[in-house]
Amino acid sequence: MDKIYLDYAATTPVHPRVLDAMLPYFSQNFGNPSSVHTFGQQAEAALEGSREKVAEVLNSAPDEIIFTSCGSESDNLALRGAALAARQERGANHILISPVEHHAVSNTAQHLERLFGCKLEYLPVDQHGCVDPTEVSKRLRQETAVVSVMYANNEIGSINPIAEIGAICRERGIPFHTDAVQAAAYLPVDVEQLNIDLMALGAHKFYGPKGVGALYIRRGTPLLPVLTGGGQEFGMRAGTHNIPYIVGMAEALKLADQERQVRIDHLLPLRNRIIGRVLEEIQDSQLTGHPLNRLSNHASFVFEGVDGNELLMLLDVAGYACSSGSACKTGDPEPSDVLLAIGLSRSWALGSLRVTLGLETTPGQIESFLETLPGLVQQIRGFAESS
Amino acid sequence: MDLQNRRETGMSKQPRVVVAMSGGVDSSVAAALLKQQGYEVIGMMMRLWNEPGAEGSNRCCTPDAMAQARRVAAKLEIPFYAIDAQEIFYQHVVKYFVNAYAQYITPNPCLNCNRYVRWEFLLQHAQAIGADFMATGHYVRLEKDAANKIQILAAVDRHKDQSYVLHILNQEQLAHALFPLGEFTKPQVRQIARDFDLPVAERAESQDLCFLGDSDYRQFLRRQAPEVGTPGPMITRDGKEIGQHQGLAFYTIGQRKGLAISATQPHYVLDKDPRKNTLIVGTLDQLGQTELIAGPINWISGIKPPDEIRLSVKIRYKAPRVLARIMQLPNNMASVAFDQPLRDITPGQAAVFYDGDACLGGGIIQPSPQWLSEEDQ
Repeated sequence: MDKIYLDYAATTPVHPRVLDAMLPYFSQNFGNPSSVHTFGQQAEAALEGSREKVAEVLNSAPDEIIFTSCGSESDNLALRGAALAARQERGANHILISPVEHHAVSNTAQHLERLFGCKLEYLPVDQHGCVDPTEVSKRLRQETAVVSVMYANNEIGSINPIAEIGAICRERGIPFHTDAVQAAAYLPVDVEQLNIDLMALGAHKFYGPKGVGALYIRRGTPLLPVLTGGGQEFGMRAGTHNIPYIVGMAEALKLADQERQVRIDHLLPLRNRIIGRVLEEIQDSQLTGHPLNRLSNHASFVFEGVDGNELLMLLDVAGYACSSGSACKTGDPEPSDVLLAIGLSRSWALGSLRVTLGLETTPGQIESFLETLPGLVQQIRGFAESS
Repeated sequence: MDLQNRRETGMSKQPRVVVAMSGGVDSSVAAALLKQQGYEVIGMMMRLWNEPGAEGSNRCCTPDAMAQARRVAAKLEIPFYAIDAQEIFYQHVVKYFVNAYAQYITPNPCLNCNRYVRWEFLLQHAQAIGADFMATGHYVRLEKDAANKIQILAAVDRHKDQSYVLHILNQEQLAHALFPLGEFTKPQVRQIARDFDLPVAERAESQDLCFLGDSDYRQFLRRQAPEVGTPGPMITRDGKEIGQHQGLAFYTIGQRKGLAISATQPHYVLDKDPRKNTLIVGTLDQLGQTELIAGPINWISGIKPPDEIRLSVKIRYKAPRVLARIMQLPNNMASVAFDQPLRDITPGQAAVFYDGDACLGGGIIQPSPQWLSEEDQ
């Protein structure tokens, strides 16, 4: 039996068209875009062409796009850069984030709190992990340096009302960052419509290569660089450009934008089938995240009294690659912060399962997965009773 | 990745075996040999308990050990999973260890680990993923006897033989057990590791109890069971007090070092009287007993031998086998009478019975009957 990959939120394979676009830039057009000569000029053309492609999808100006090494780096630059610039320019010290952010945001914010004395405040979320824009409005202060609320959650798939939160921040003149790493594959990323000042992207979530990301920085948003050096990327991110990866990212984002509706039409019925069948057939199960307002490739659950790590192992041996919020490669499971933040108890939160679909997912794969899963959950509950 | 090839070779009906991996050379070579023999091999490692505040210090599953095991699994192209065994390990191994010392006996926690954690909990998890067998890097051999029962035979390498700690197994477990190292010596196993180019070939041997981390067992006990460190008198057989002990738990029968007695002759720990919290010491000629009671006895074949039988007996993991007369007692206990007095008979360790190389079973050595209260007898 073939192994079936159901973990597209972790990463996706590189699309063949993306790979084709990248290949010439490894050994043929290998120049450094900072060089004066023709080799450099060709590389620079590829770089700027990529920047324009990304800008077009985001409905931004090209010089508002900074290429980075990954989504996490983009989040770091956004948070650190905005927090430190706001402190320098206007003495602002207050950071407002949601409690269900990716660690790239939450750990960075905690780092700013611990090392730089910033005041970190968490927004409340509802049982689906969503932020209410009025809560943002209540908590904004004169001295708020930056607000960060993720667009769509990696663990539970919920989508936040980004445009409304962005509008509130704009009105108060506070920079608004969103981590759109999970969202970009399936949701519109028009920064004008979404009222975004800073937005992090990572290419490998939408069939681009790992090791490249981007940060959208609205013109006029105060930001200090994190990686300093040769002045690349408008002085915001030093380091020789990784041209083949940047080219791959731009191509992948363009494809994702063009094919967005086709991809959603393919995945949505499969995702709904999984959610319906799992909740129907597995006792003591709950959907995590919003039932409707969620990523169209994303189904996530908790099963009471199930060791999520063990479930992943049994699924893998049975041929299905999934993920869990409590999964830990060292066998020391801890419930995820996100699942605790939405109010789940430890005994539910330890039994989480995330099933995320992608281009290669077929209805047949989903049927065979759904035939296998309930028995495995039952088996694990069986041993929990016997030991 | 060569998926096509994996599909053709990996998914056929080979027997599936889970190897309990530790990141050490033995379990790594066990996995390599089974893979070479054509099994579908899956590596598993248990996350065991460590003292709160010393996370990742359990020697059997430090981050380094786990990383090593993963590297070996990657090299052998086998899947690898870590499973959470912290709770069951704490319940059956750590608590047992602490409770035994609190009752002034010297436990062998590896026996319980094999009985409840490896060969029950882990075996159950192995079977749950469809494994036909579970294998470890223990040095023992298996063979069917005339009655078609599976026997455990001592390893070819006498220095490495681990039949002592596996005397707790039964036929049901053995039907699913594989021990690929029993025919090899340790130097051969290291050579095999080099031949397979495993990254663990030169790793050092580990000896101490895994869950002690960097502590000595006395420090560990002082933290986990402070009550065991109650000092008391140290007396000779004739009742003369000749010193103070630091807590009965910190002494082992036959121990000479660390008694802090000024006497003309060296003194040894002869026995412990928990009722009076006294440590009985004496000279070498007083040390030794000819008899012990052990149990409950596990007979590996599942069949009790005759009421009285002569077998050889091992009273500690590293002790030599010596001849003795075994008599069955009620409640699955046995009395063991040695031809010569033996020093180092230690309650809490196992007495394990052998007929030639065959390990027949064994049980835990019980505390000296003279210290039991009237009601207990």
